Amino acid sequence: MDLLIFQVPILMVQASLDGILLGILFALIAYGMALQWGVMNIINIAQGDLVILGGYITYFMYLSGIHPALGVIVAPAIMYFVGVGLYKLVINKVVDRDLFISILATFGISILFMQLMNFAFGADVVLANSEFGTTMLFNNSVTLPNSKLFSALISIIFAIGLVVYMKKSKLGRAIRATAQNARAAKILGVDTEKVYAATFGINAALCGVAGALVAITFTIHPYMGLPYTIRSFMIVIIAGLGNLPGVAVSGMGLGVFEEFADYILGTEFRIGSVFLLLVLILVYRRFKLSKKREYLK
Amino acid sequence: MKNNNVIFYAAILIFGVLAPFMLPAFKVQLSILCILIVLALTWNIQGGEMGYNSFGNILFYGLGMYLCASVQVGMFFPLAEWTESGGEKTFLHTPTQFFQGMAFGLLVAAIVPTIVAGLIGYAILGLRGHYFAICTLGLGVAAGEISGGIEIIGAGQGFTTPPFPDVGNLESRGQFFYFLSFIVLVLTFVTVKSVYSTRFRLILNAIRDNEDKAEAMGIQTMKYKIIGWMISAFFCGLAGGIMGGLVGYIDSTDVAFDGREMGVFMVLMAILGGKGTLWGPIIGATLFHLFKEGFWTYFLGWQYVALGVLIVVIVIYFPEGLMGWLREKYPERFGEVVDEADRKAQVELK
Repeated sequence: MDLLIFQVPILMVQASLDGILLGILFALIAYGMALQWGVMNIINIAQGDLVILGGYITYFMYLSGIHPALGVIVAPAIMYFVGVGLYKLVINKVVDRDLFISILATFGISILFMQLMNFAFGADVVLANSEFGTTMLFNNSVTLPNSKLFSALISIIFAIGLVVYMKKSKLGRAIRATAQNARAAKILGVDTEKVYAATFGINAALCGVAGALVAITFTIHPYMGLPYTIRSFMIVIIAGLGNLPGVAVSGMGLGVFEEFADYILGTEFRIGSVFLLLVLILVYRRFKLSKKREYLK
Repeated sequence: MKNNNVIFYAAILIFGVLAPFMLPAFKVQLSILCILIVLALTWNIQGGEMGYNSFGNILFYGLGMYLCASVQVGMFFPLAEWTESGGEKTFLHTPTQFFQGMAFGLLVAAIVPTIVAGLIGYAILGLRGHYFAICTLGLGVAAGEISGGIEIIGAGQGFTTPPFPDVGNLESRGQFFYFLSFIVLVLTFVTVKSVYSTRFRLILNAIRDNEDKAEAMGIQTMKYKIIGWMISAFFCGLAGGIMGGLVGYIDSTDVAFDGREMGVFMVLMAILGGKGTLWGPIIGATLFHLFKEGFWTYFLGWQYVALGVLIVVIVIYFPEGLMGWLREKYPERFGEVVDEADRKAQVELK
């Protein structure tokens, strides 16, 4: 227990600011999670590993001398095809099945990805240094790395871009129609198989963007994927499927929670507190629902 | 039929007792096999019979492991100093102290997880379907992360369990742990089998098939779900306690709450053999152990790749497992009445 944060109130400003900027990034990953959950009815445990893979693409651009900020364009382009490939290989066989099968199958993919990334990129913690510098606020008592601002900005741009794309484009309409009723969409001439592949690809591309931003602002490591999955799952549950403003707000809320947990409990309990929060939220949700006594489908 | 059964069980029991003497080089492997079967059998109570796919039974396993070792050390020496000294043995258990500690440790390792399961059961088991799966996954990982931050049980640097004392000959350590795990296996099997032969199994199956309907029929589903989970927790805790002593070293995320290994293994073994059957998890665990040992020995480094591929293949292509496949092929052997006309009609349809 480190109660420094209560003695130095300016740290609360620091933690909130960090948390909000971090939360916007989480919300982007959660957006992809909500998309595939809503459209294909699968829960993808490998979500976090796709994020880390996107991060490694950016890291390699950084190593070969290209500015890592360009990773936010290259990583999603590559990750889209990784996503489509993954769909063609595995995911298309679990779409219509029980949710647990999708959980376990993607858990297997997650383990596979972890080890393959460990082989390919080594077990070191790495980051892609963007050299964006730091802004000092409030008389130099709050530090704000510009890379975090950059990451939040890019996340917002991609999220808004995707929302507009889903509303206006033909594929977006097809995806929304499939989410509402896959059978009806099929009858009306939508190639649902293609829609599913595109949805999973878009999700992977979003993970790629997020991964690039994670590599720039934080660090990446082959085994760091699962916390991102859990965070995005949690954000989607809090917000509810199909509630995009809710995803943004709960993402930021989770980011702030994490930063405060980091200061108050210590860094070693940070990930633990995230997972514990997930359990608490699910249990809270269960009691709330059981009071309502609604029929659950 | 009855007579055949007695002979069959007697043969297995005799093999179990003689195994460490016949195959002295494989004592550790056989002990681990016993532990794996225990884990698969207990996971099957939730995942197979009850339809609650739990990733969180690893919580009880890890809890049992830490509790057993802590009690074993804490009964005689200051625990904090023990973990601080790490591998260097400043304290030595006498044989009496070791066995006394082990006995009390296993007692605690069995009872405390059972109580924990009972306490959290009401909150957690109210979740349905994938929410339950993700929640228990979170529970297991949270336990690992949190125990990795607690100083007194070794935090990140791990916890060395008391070494086996100098009694008997070189073989005695392996034999001791083998018989311990074999006894737990027999206990688990007898418990699970006798529990399955009562109304309890039917209630669990009713919960799996349609929980709302089961509740409407007047079954107190929550009570039975919690009891089922407590039985699992009891044996998982015991298995964890023994495994801690066998491995000799406890690490929060790599040994105790290892969601990437044990946590997935128990799910996979039960599914591989066929969930919802008594013998499925046992066969699945045996096959999986053979596969695992082969891969871990000859393709070290690629084991998680193989594991990931294995999970995907089993889950997608054989979700009913080996027993499910056999059942489809030879339904008569499983006591299912097959209508010949019906079967012919199906063949024609194909």
